[in-house]
Amino acid sequence: MEVSSEDNNLMEKVVPPVEQEIDVELETKVKKYLRGGGANLETLKDKKLKSQLASRENLYGKSAKTAAKIEKWLLPAEAGYLETDGLEKTWRVKQTDITNEVDILSSRNQYDIVLPDLGPYKLDFTASGRHMLAGGRKGHLALVDMLNMSLIKEIQVRETVRDVAFLHNEQFFAAAQKKYAYIYGRDGTELHCLKERGPVARLRFLKNHFLLASVNKSGQLHYQDVTYGQMVASIRTGKGRTDVMEVNPYNGVVALGHSGGTVTMWKPTSQAPLVHMQCHPGPVSSVAFHPNGHLMATSGKERKIKIWDLRKDFEEIQTIHGFHAKTLSFSQKGLLAAGTGSFVQVLGDSSGASSHNYSRYMNHSMVKGYQIEKLMFRPYEDVLGIGHSMGWSSILIPGSGEPNFDSWVANPFETSKQRREKEVHLLLDKLPPETIMLDPSKIGAMRPARRKEKPSRGEIEADKEVAIEAAKSIELKKKTKGRNKPSKQTKKKKELVENAKRTFREQEHKTTFKKRRIGEEDAAAVGELPTSLKRFARKY
Amino acid sequence: MKVKVISRSVDEFTRERSQDLQRVFHNFDPSLRPMEKAVEYQRALTAAKLEKIFARPFIGAMDGHRDGVSCMAKNPNYLKGIFSGSMDGDIRLWDISSRRTVCQFPGHEGAVRGLTASTDGNVLVSCGTDCTVRLWNVPRPSLEDSNFASVNSVEPSAVYVWKNAFWAVDHQFDGDLFATAGAQLDIWNHNRSQPIQSFQWGNDSVISVRFNPGEPDILATSGSDRSITIYDLRMSSAARKIIMMTKTNSLAWNPMEPMNLTAANEDGNCYSFDGRKLDEAKCVHKDHVTAVMDIDFSPTGREFVTGSYDRSVRIFPYNGGHSREIYHTKRMQRVFCVKYSCDATYVISGSDDTNLRLWKAKASEQLGVILPREQKKHEYHEAVKNRYKHLPEVKRIVRHRHLPKPIYKAIGLIRTMNDSKRRKDARRKAHSAPGTIITKPLRKRKIIREVE
Repeated sequence: MEVSSEDNNLMEKVVPPVEQEIDVELETKVKKYLRGGGANLETLKDKKLKSQLASRENLYGKSAKTAAKIEKWLLPAEAGYLETDGLEKTWRVKQTDITNEVDILSSRNQYDIVLPDLGPYKLDFTASGRHMLAGGRKGHLALVDMLNMSLIKEIQVRETVRDVAFLHNEQFFAAAQKKYAYIYGRDGTELHCLKERGPVARLRFLKNHFLLASVNKSGQLHYQDVTYGQMVASIRTGKGRTDVMEVNPYNGVVALGHSGGTVTMWKPTSQAPLVHMQCHPGPVSSVAFHPNGHLMATSGKERKIKIWDLRKDFEEIQTIHGFHAKTLSFSQKGLLAAGTGSFVQVLGDSSGASSHNYSRYMNHSMVKGYQIEKLMFRPYEDVLGIGHSMGWSSILIPGSGEPNFDSWVANPFETSKQRREKEVHLLLDKLPPETIMLDPSKIGAMRPARRKEKPSRGEIEADKEVAIEAAKSIELKKKTKGRNKPSKQTKKKKELVENAKRTFREQEHKTTFKKRRIGEEDAAAVGELPTSLKRFARKY
Repeated sequence: MKVKVISRSVDEFTRERSQDLQRVFHNFDPSLRPMEKAVEYQRALTAAKLEKIFARPFIGAMDGHRDGVSCMAKNPNYLKGIFSGSMDGDIRLWDISSRRTVCQFPGHEGAVRGLTASTDGNVLVSCGTDCTVRLWNVPRPSLEDSNFASVNSVEPSAVYVWKNAFWAVDHQFDGDLFATAGAQLDIWNHNRSQPIQSFQWGNDSVISVRFNPGEPDILATSGSDRSITIYDLRMSSAARKIIMMTKTNSLAWNPMEPMNLTAANEDGNCYSFDGRKLDEAKCVHKDHVTAVMDIDFSPTGREFVTGSYDRSVRIFPYNGGHSREIYHTKRMQRVFCVKYSCDATYVISGSDDTNLRLWKAKASEQLGVILPREQKKHEYHEAVKNRYKHLPEVKRIVRHRHLPKPIYKAIGLIRTMNDSKRRKDARRKAHSAPGTIITKPLRKRKIIREVE
């Protein structure tokens, strides 16, 4: 009997390899739903709160596990893929080859719209990927429903259009025109003229904050709240004119690429950049952010694309040589499209989730002479939109889009009633501009109370030494004859040293002339005091 | 070569007929929802603010009495009715939904001090300072009651005259005994004109009495000798008694944990006791600034309501030290009696200004039939608020209550007094020989001794 029970125990311990694999798979999924590490509760002093939060953390762990488990039922659709057999390479596959393989519905997404007179075109998609906005340089604005390929409205503004952007839904869009930026309604009526910004070069909309960010010709960054029209911030970047601007969707931070090869990141509540990084030796030609906010891609005029890790220390993790990208775009699944001239290259992340290694995935050459202006992946579809000098095109990139949409986040099949409902909820959840920061997980977290530390005596001494040395090593200016005597110079130098010493002496003076209290000599003495005298002792 | 691209047919993702429900798809991937934590925090803030906006607890006043309301009784068998007795001997039955008097019970010549209804709701027992106990047959609520053309009055079914004035009465749960408090504790039967049993412990009068909802033979009383006594009717004498520093005005048993009782004390605090272990209070509920006059538990047992001489009504969690809610109006005077309604949705207070007032138990609760979606929304708001309630911005909004100036001033005064007392005690302790001064916790400090 005993032997058999032991056998049973052994059987329980040995897990079949298939189940082990499932466990590993589940763990990675759970990690995704855990949304980063738990809160650090060690620093909390309130015991009651600590235990409450600990039990809540426990609950989050459980809910993440459940979310991972039910994924197979909630997410029925599979992501797209492109697999080749044998020695054939994926980047040799042409669009015409794909057309033959996919269904008719998908092959409708491969087309070229030729509008030779009004280009080059800028593109923008709504969050659901249902609508597209195309803005031609020569003043052509077109709003297209991508689901049934119908033109909703097109207008000719008879002015240069530098950039276009949708606001929170397809009902409103903004266009950066020759002199000012304008906001138009869905039916093409001009709703607002944004005069305060000056001639705008790039426009981006921050969806969670309802802020319309723009950079103008003189390098000024403006943030305007579109709900009530107030200019939230106007920042002089001081880096000169730029037309490289992108929003990090993860935290709402705006990145600008400058002609000196630097990329700066901004938030509306500070006049100084959050991050200032030297990315390229030459001018930065474009910037793109991965949807999960961990990666940034930049391209420079020196024919290099660089991938940066934004989570730790903003370090470079990969350089792709020999390709100058005029425009870059990340897809929802993390593919990176780079366009230059009439050539589009799509790079894929071939390695696992932890280390990134981008390599060639697909290529596409357009008709010679077309100049690509803007690339943008269509959300929730395996489609890449290309705006170029002769109109706009659309090609299929399998595996680029998220196959399962969430009706509450972005719904391509949204009815007007749902849209109205959504608009109200979006407005209710509008975030204040202060929530834009590099690490948004800090919001709603507890900051441990920390007492300000005083510098110790040794540190003060060391500072003093440094200050005196610095004062001694100052080179005095050459003065005119008579004023440049060695005696005068030594006198001057002495004065400088005295000045440096004085600041420290004053500090010391302040501390020594404080009211003397019992037990001030050292903290250890307080412990020896009788309890009745302790209240007179200095608190450490 | 194998290729698959995302391809969605419109039919699959939209409804066929306009009567169908819209199809909803979920994807909980965090990367689809940027800044979700910030959004959630914003929602918590909005929920906290909405709660404040919708906090309209006062529903209405019921006036009709010509003197201060001294006591109330719930009808355990009928949700809408409440009985109230006033200082001029008037007893009324109110219909809560229409806030009007259904019928009157005239007869008492002095103040009515105690009211209670039997568990089946047929018999109302009243007692007062005119040394009488009166039993009334409660008119059955019927459909005709809905048109209150005339206020009908009822004759008492029995009048028992006794030797002393009465202070309180309570009916046994599911039996036909009731207990009156006066010079001594008397146990009566519906059919006898004299008490079947009398208890006395010392010479002081008994102020309040409550039967245990779980064990019908156990009852607790409080006396003017600052005592709380627990009696068992199966024994000839009291089970146990404690003497506190100040008088207990009223008592209430927790209906869900019937071994626990909470005492409304003259010093402005309420003390929760375990009935089996009276030497230490389980919890001290502080917030009122003057004497607490009456207390009643919610039928859920998670909360209780108190009325105080400081002209306010407060709702406390059964295990929390401070109140969740304070209700007051400019016109409400000293509150003498409070009741939690039998469905835990309303609170009724009777005060010196001859009015009964009807309040919502949750100030911002939406009343009436709630659609499932609305219910979900309320639950979500409650959950996000709960998640971020410890953060300062949310906490400030959730905790804020407007207080009448006298209460606000009194709280400040009490705080100063307590602080200075604590300081003084600490210093006295520091200057004494170690171990000679023992500071007792507040839970024990107010209890002088337990008498067996």
